[in-house]
Amino acid sequence: MADSYEGMMCGIEIHQQLDTKKLFCDCESRLEEEGYGGIYRRLRPTTSEMGEIDRAALAQFRRGYGFLYQSCPCTTCLVELDEEPPHAVNADAMETSLIFSELIGASVIDEVQFMRKIVVDGSNTSGFQRTSLVAVDGSVDALGRRIGILSVCLEEDACRRIEATDTDVVWRTDRLGIPLIEVATAPDMRTPEEVMEVALRIGTLLRATKRVKRGLGTIREDLNISIPEGARIEIKGVQELRMLPDFVRNEVKRQKMLVRVRDILKERGTKDAAFEPVDVTSVFKDCPAKVISGALKSKGVVMAVRLPGFAGVMNGDNGTLRLGSEMAQYARTAGVKGIFHSDELPNYGIEQDYVDALRKELGMTGEFDAFVICAAPEKRAVRALELAVGRANQGIVGVPEETRDPLPDGTTKYSRPLPGAARMYPETDVPPTTITPERLKRISENLPELPEVTENRLCQTYGINPQQAHQIVARSLDDVFCRISDEFGMAAVAATTFENTYRELEHDGVDLEGIDMEMLYALFSGLKDGKYAKEALPGLLKEMASGTSLDAAVEKLGVAAVDAGEAEAIIAAIVKEREDFVRSKGMGAVGPLMGPVMGALRGKIDGKQASDLLTKAIKQLLG
Amino acid sequence: MTYAGFLAKKLADSDASEGCMLSVSVGGKQYRGVLMPHHEFSAPDILILKVKSGYNIGIRMDETSTVEVESRPAAVKRDETLPEDKEGLKTIVLIGTGGTIASYVDYRTGAVHPALSTSDMINAVPEIRDIANLRAKVLFSIFSENMTVPHWQKLAEQIAEELNNGADGIIVPHGTDTMGYTAAAVSFMLGDVSKPVVFVGAQRSSDRPSSDASSNLMAAARFIANGNRAGVFVCMHDTSGDDSFAIHNGTRVRKMHTSRRDAFRSINAPAVAHVDKEGKITFNTDGRPVSDAPVTVSSAMCRDVVLLQFYPGMDPALFRDVVMKSKGVVIAGSGLGHVNENMVPLIREASEKGILVVITSQCLNGRTNLNVYNTGRDMLAAGAVTVLDMLPETAYVKLMWVLANTKSYEAAKVAMQSCMAGEMSDRREE
Repeated sequence: MADSYEGMMCGIEIHQQLDTKKLFCDCESRLEEEGYGGIYRRLRPTTSEMGEIDRAALAQFRRGYGFLYQSCPCTTCLVELDEEPPHAVNADAMETSLIFSELIGASVIDEVQFMRKIVVDGSNTSGFQRTSLVAVDGSVDALGRRIGILSVCLEEDACRRIEATDTDVVWRTDRLGIPLIEVATAPDMRTPEEVMEVALRIGTLLRATKRVKRGLGTIREDLNISIPEGARIEIKGVQELRMLPDFVRNEVKRQKMLVRVRDILKERGTKDAAFEPVDVTSVFKDCPAKVISGALKSKGVVMAVRLPGFAGVMNGDNGTLRLGSEMAQYARTAGVKGIFHSDELPNYGIEQDYVDALRKELGMTGEFDAFVICAAPEKRAVRALELAVGRANQGIVGVPEETRDPLPDGTTKYSRPLPGAARMYPETDVPPTTITPERLKRISENLPELPEVTENRLCQTYGINPQQAHQIVARSLDDVFCRISDEFGMAAVAATTFENTYRELEHDGVDLEGIDMEMLYALFSGLKDGKYAKEALPGLLKEMASGTSLDAAVEKLGVAAVDAGEAEAIIAAIVKEREDFVRSKGMGAVGPLMGPVMGALRGKIDGKQASDLLTKAIKQLLG
Repeated sequence: MTYAGFLAKKLADSDASEGCMLSVSVGGKQYRGVLMPHHEFSAPDILILKVKSGYNIGIRMDETSTVEVESRPAAVKRDETLPEDKEGLKTIVLIGTGGTIASYVDYRTGAVHPALSTSDMINAVPEIRDIANLRAKVLFSIFSENMTVPHWQKLAEQIAEELNNGADGIIVPHGTDTMGYTAAAVSFMLGDVSKPVVFVGAQRSSDRPSSDASSNLMAAARFIANGNRAGVFVCMHDTSGDDSFAIHNGTRVRKMHTSRRDAFRSINAPAVAHVDKEGKITFNTDGRPVSDAPVTVSSAMCRDVVLLQFYPGMDPALFRDVVMKSKGVVIAGSGLGHVNENMVPLIREASEKGILVVITSQCLNGRTNLNVYNTGRDMLAAGAVTVLDMLPETAYVKLMWVLANTKSYEAAKVAMQSCMAGEMSDRREE
């Protein structure tokens, strides 16, 4: 079946970290390898607008769920630990959000007010995220049309989740408070490719401000996707731009599948399955399947629930109907490894005999009767089955609204129900920022160059081709490219490096984002000074990307330039070793001998110079 | 937090009040949102609306802008019902005074309210009902920097009344800035109080999920219900985490940090006890068990007492009037309790007039001793009275109480140098 995206609605939210200090304190905004300590905290659901406390949230609080916060030197102070009120908003971050807003022609709010957006999952030590609406109603040009930008917000990033135990979640506070610009588009995208194009365009405009962070994790996308008869699904925190189309494709496929499941169940007249868990441990007491025997050994039980009318949609039609995997994702949020349902059995070491015995035990006779089982400690197994059965019953209605987590293979998994309207109230500790018309005028008169203008300028000034210029600008290397070209006259080498070499290295999985502009400048400065040949650049970049200093990389790769005399001696030795060959081939030996010569001298001298020296050496030998 | 000038008039003319859904037109742009209070630091021409997304935005208005009320907020009826008592639990009376612990934000308008109602106080921490039955009274709704001596007196009298009417213990939610002073004052006023009286504060307001208010309240309630210790105490976080709480003697405690949860420390004495997150109490000191003895209150205070901090170059000429007009002076001296030699004659003049000059140390940690250096010996000869390791603030409060409750200079001096509520000692291990 050809993919059809008719009626799909998709909007994106882009969160871009800014390259300033933290939004409300004087901490460095970077991530650390290690976190220290663990301050225990709990977040209490607060009374709502109506003076009530959310019972579910309170029940969870009373179960004793807690958080442990790790600190990091230089990136954690009392503000991150919620032990000191926020300072005034970082002026550079505010300025950057205004520059971006003007770049996309949005209307900037006259006076920006910070809000507290309640978040009690522990990702913010305070229990809320500080966020402000900076501008509304902008647009970007992409795909030959205008894509609406609904809002530009300036907000603080959250803690990083490190691990979870049975009772506590460990968070690291290094990321908390890093300024983020959040850009939300209108639901204007119609195909997976459009989504990526728009994200790319917004990313490029953000980088045009020159004050954004680069590298994995510094820009994250949320996707909002729905199809006709489907539901709004939010996929939160995609870090790799190139994966966006996959997520869109897979989500549309998933929603279509769920619509099909709904139609099948409707046709059958399937009714909500009653949640009546039965202890069937006795049926499985000798079952060799690892999951079952393992659970029974650690004092677990096997619980089962009948699902009349659900056979064949949990895993059916050659694996294209997969309600079962949705059910399993819900069940896992109760802390079990998984569930088994009748569409996937016998399998996983559970033989037909056991399936038959279970069907008998459950009194299953109907054509579409199905079951789901879970082996785990009793309470957890019951809770997991309750979630799984609940999800199965939603299948009768259609697609439930959810927040989903992106997975590395381009699919997603259930995370939690879509949150209701955000609860926000004023952050009274942070004074409002009045944006005067004069300030906006000054900003709009000094806007950074648009990326396409920069590309044109690079082509005109340095004679590089448009493809090279595009790559240089897309990688935000234009400033350093200009410096290298102006100061060292190396426009051609730099352009080739930033286009081809970068592409090849990235293809090999090298993450070049860690190489900053000063390092690149130093690399070309060394080339200019003849410290190594241009052939050494790919190897040096690869080393530098993994954190090696330039000098150490030169040393490690042994590419330190040799002087002409030394090179001549090495070449003379190579020629001498192959004297018979040279004498038999005459000057025709130059070509074949370039291999061994470059093997010995790659990166140390220029290729053309090597060829000249080799030719000279052979001539000499032949007299 | 109110609008002024032309904006106030415009809002009044259109009968708009906080919480109303407005439609606003400014220079061709239209906005729709709920009217929020004006921020103290907002520009005077800025109107604040909460728009549909939940964000507040500030809109610059001018004379030509128009405001129209679309709808008015429905009255929100707060649940004022109180839970029923559980048999077998002790009764704790909460006496509210105000401060961060009792302030809350109206999420709808964003307005900060200074005080919770009685039922709000009880309903805010429902799990506390598993520990004790609660009654609540709102005595004041003020920030603690605005506390005065009459407030201390009224509070002590109210506490005594509640205890004599059958309460098993008292929790006093209090602003943290001057909680140490109030706790000390109440300690002296209640003397050998037969039940626990626990002051509780919060460094993060109750509207925040991360507030320390509820966990501090829980720890205080557990200490009262299960600690069997009489006296006046302060209960706050012992560390930055929500897993350890310290019970401090009311005369030994001081706010030592502007903002941390564990700002309150016992100085020159161990904390009375620690309470962990499961409610386990570990005592570090001996004390009086709870009894049924009636509670008496001696709330008289002499208000002509001053607290001075010595500094290098302190000029007696500047302070002479202040000192000589007072009936008692507490000086937080340097080091072991010193002032410069120029100040010594003023101490002598005051002492000779019958003004009690009490010396403490601005080091806070450690004991005063004026026998070690010449200046100290001169101060003693001039009439200065040292009070071991008592905190300057506690000495100040105690001197007010002593001067009102003794009849002579000599008796007052003896009282200042006698331990009455655990406020001083001659032995320290740290």
